[in-house]
Amino acid sequence: MAADANIGREQSGPPVLSPGHSFATITDKISAIVLTRPYQRGWILGFAIAFLLTNVLFVSVAYLFMRGVGIWGVNVPVMWGFAIVNFVWWIGIGHAGTLISAILLLLKQEWRTSINRFAEAMTLFAVACAGMFPLIHLGRWWLFYWLFPYPNTMDLWPQWRSPLVWDAFAVSTYATVSLLFWYMGLIPDVATLRDRARGRLGRYFYGFLAMGWRGSARHWHRYQTAYLLMAALATPLVVSVHTIVSWDFAVAIVPGWHSTIFPPYFVAGAIYSGFAMVLTLIIPLRYFYGLGDFITMRHLENMAKILLATGLLVCYGYLMEAFMAWYGDNRFDRFQILRERPRGDYAPLYWLLIVSNCLVVQALWFPAMRRRVVVLWLISLTVNLGMWLERFVIVVVSLHKDYMPSRWRMYFPTAWDYATLFGSVGLFLALLFLFVRFLPAISMAEMRELVHEAEPVGHGGDSR
Amino acid sequence: MPQIFHPAMNTVARLTVFGAAFGVVGTIVLFYEYSRSPFQTEVNVVREQPVQFSHEHHSGQLGIDCRYCHTTVENGPFANIPPTHTCMSCHSQIWADSPMLKPVRDSLASGEPLRWERVHDLPDFAYFEHGIHIQKGVGCASCHGRVDEMPLTWKAEPLTMEWCLDCHRHPETHLRPRSEIFNMEYSLPEREQNMVGKRLVREYGVQSGYYLTNCTVCHR
Repeated sequence: MAADANIGREQSGPPVLSPGHSFATITDKISAIVLTRPYQRGWILGFAIAFLLTNVLFVSVAYLFMRGVGIWGVNVPVMWGFAIVNFVWWIGIGHAGTLISAILLLLKQEWRTSINRFAEAMTLFAVACAGMFPLIHLGRWWLFYWLFPYPNTMDLWPQWRSPLVWDAFAVSTYATVSLLFWYMGLIPDVATLRDRARGRLGRYFYGFLAMGWRGSARHWHRYQTAYLLMAALATPLVVSVHTIVSWDFAVAIVPGWHSTIFPPYFVAGAIYSGFAMVLTLIIPLRYFYGLGDFITMRHLENMAKILLATGLLVCYGYLMEAFMAWYGDNRFDRFQILRERPRGDYAPLYWLLIVSNCLVVQALWFPAMRRRVVVLWLISLTVNLGMWLERFVIVVVSLHKDYMPSRWRMYFPTAWDYATLFGSVGLFLALLFLFVRFLPAISMAEMRELVHEAEPVGHGGDSR
Repeated sequence: MPQIFHPAMNTVARLTVFGAAFGVVGTIVLFYEYSRSPFQTEVNVVREQPVQFSHEHHSGQLGIDCRYCHTTVENGPFANIPPTHTCMSCHSQIWADSPMLKPVRDSLASGEPLRWERVHDLPDFAYFEHGIHIQKGVGCASCHGRVDEMPLTWKAEPLTMEWCLDCHRHPETHLRPRSEIFNMEYSLPEREQNMVGKRLVREYGVQSGYYLTNCTVCHR
């Protein structure tokens, strides 16, 4: 991506913002989605379905709290089932937001501007879904706070040698920083919405969120310094969170988990799945809300390139895992990785994973494929599926055949497992539907900067 | 563009920011204080009993040995509550008609034991063996306080896990010779206690703090 340092200015290929836009047209077009556009049948239907699924989640979690983890398919060797698979999947999806907002901001990749707000929101909701799973998978979920060091009468302290404790810190830090980063970016935009809102309720709502933003030069000066600082703070988190998640596995001595390749390969996988999810969501968004001017083919192509690059990294990880199992000459590793995965009980899932994560993505080598929106969307869906399967293979397949044949047992998810998984998808989508309806999905302030940088039109402190 | 909010909202906004910070710290402090307060631990809280029994009178003033009533404290896992007959060994002769002792006489007549309210009640998931503590040199007063000065019985110590571990980590700071177990007034200056304590740890074969703080010592 570094080779494309001049995108947004004098580039060949499609621009990051369609020509002919001024400050006013950008603001009009983006704020109209929130302020003037009436509720449409499509939004209502989509939200209704997502909300229904959210209720499926609530019901299955309530039932889980009543009956305990026995309602799931987990058993003695496979003590981490869907809950951990889903956790790793969601937290991985949550990686695109910070990568786009922080790293691409610091690298001055201007094309990030149209997609960062949406990707950050997606990150936040994905982290919310992810954070739920480790809590509900605890047999005694009401004691979850034991993971944190706090003064207690038991004189107990977390086990600092356990990656599960690091994980609690990594994920909660990530959630906090993502929320702050997202909210900070929103402030100038909600101020615009406050000024444009017609109803009293809207003015109060956006006015409350805008925290008194007036758009003065001093405001902007401080805002941009703070935003860059936040970006610098968020940057290490892109790498750290999934590294620590991978330690949950790699620090254990389970064959198939105990491997030093895990941290880099998990981070690549996280970015891979995150970008896939951004594409999955942003392509319909762009279509239904007519945002083709702001989210141009250039964005889609760039994301496709990142998808291809991280996809290749992930495949390299698979390859190295297999090579090390063969070269390392540990019979348990060999059994697990070279026999159980490709030829064992769950072999069809493994091969489906290889097809969706390694083969399908190769189509993106061809520019013609990258420019076909439908193809791109289908590939992104495949990658989402593949990344979920990857976590299933890592968690379940590694556990179901332990060192001793007496501890071998198959894992079959129950209806409640599926209800929780699809319910969490519902929660994610419902939050996104609300976000798109009530907050600007594209950063107006930053888009106006793009116009300004394209053709300088003087300075102004107008928050509109 | 008219102002949406009154200028006073600036103050409210600032207060909210500070309030959030203080709120978080305050909640932690509140939680900390609450979980150690007598409201939670019942330290110094007198429990309603069927008979208003005074340890101060019986043990402190009359000098009756603890073991006269609590017969199994030295060897049993459970420090027993005396049966009605133990009370009656004296009270059939003295204060035999006292109205305060009516429940005791009723209990003897009906054969139904007195239902004392337990003051030192450990949770069921904590395994506790009373006898071993006495055998290894833990004095009554170390855990139960100056019972000989309690007109009604209360807890002197919180019996929290943190309190148990404090002694399990450093047994030498609390042990005393077996001959002094029932001596309510026994106390040594810190330096001497550490010397005596270390000797007793060796002599009585007390396990190391590492072993004594193993989860399974108390949670079996």
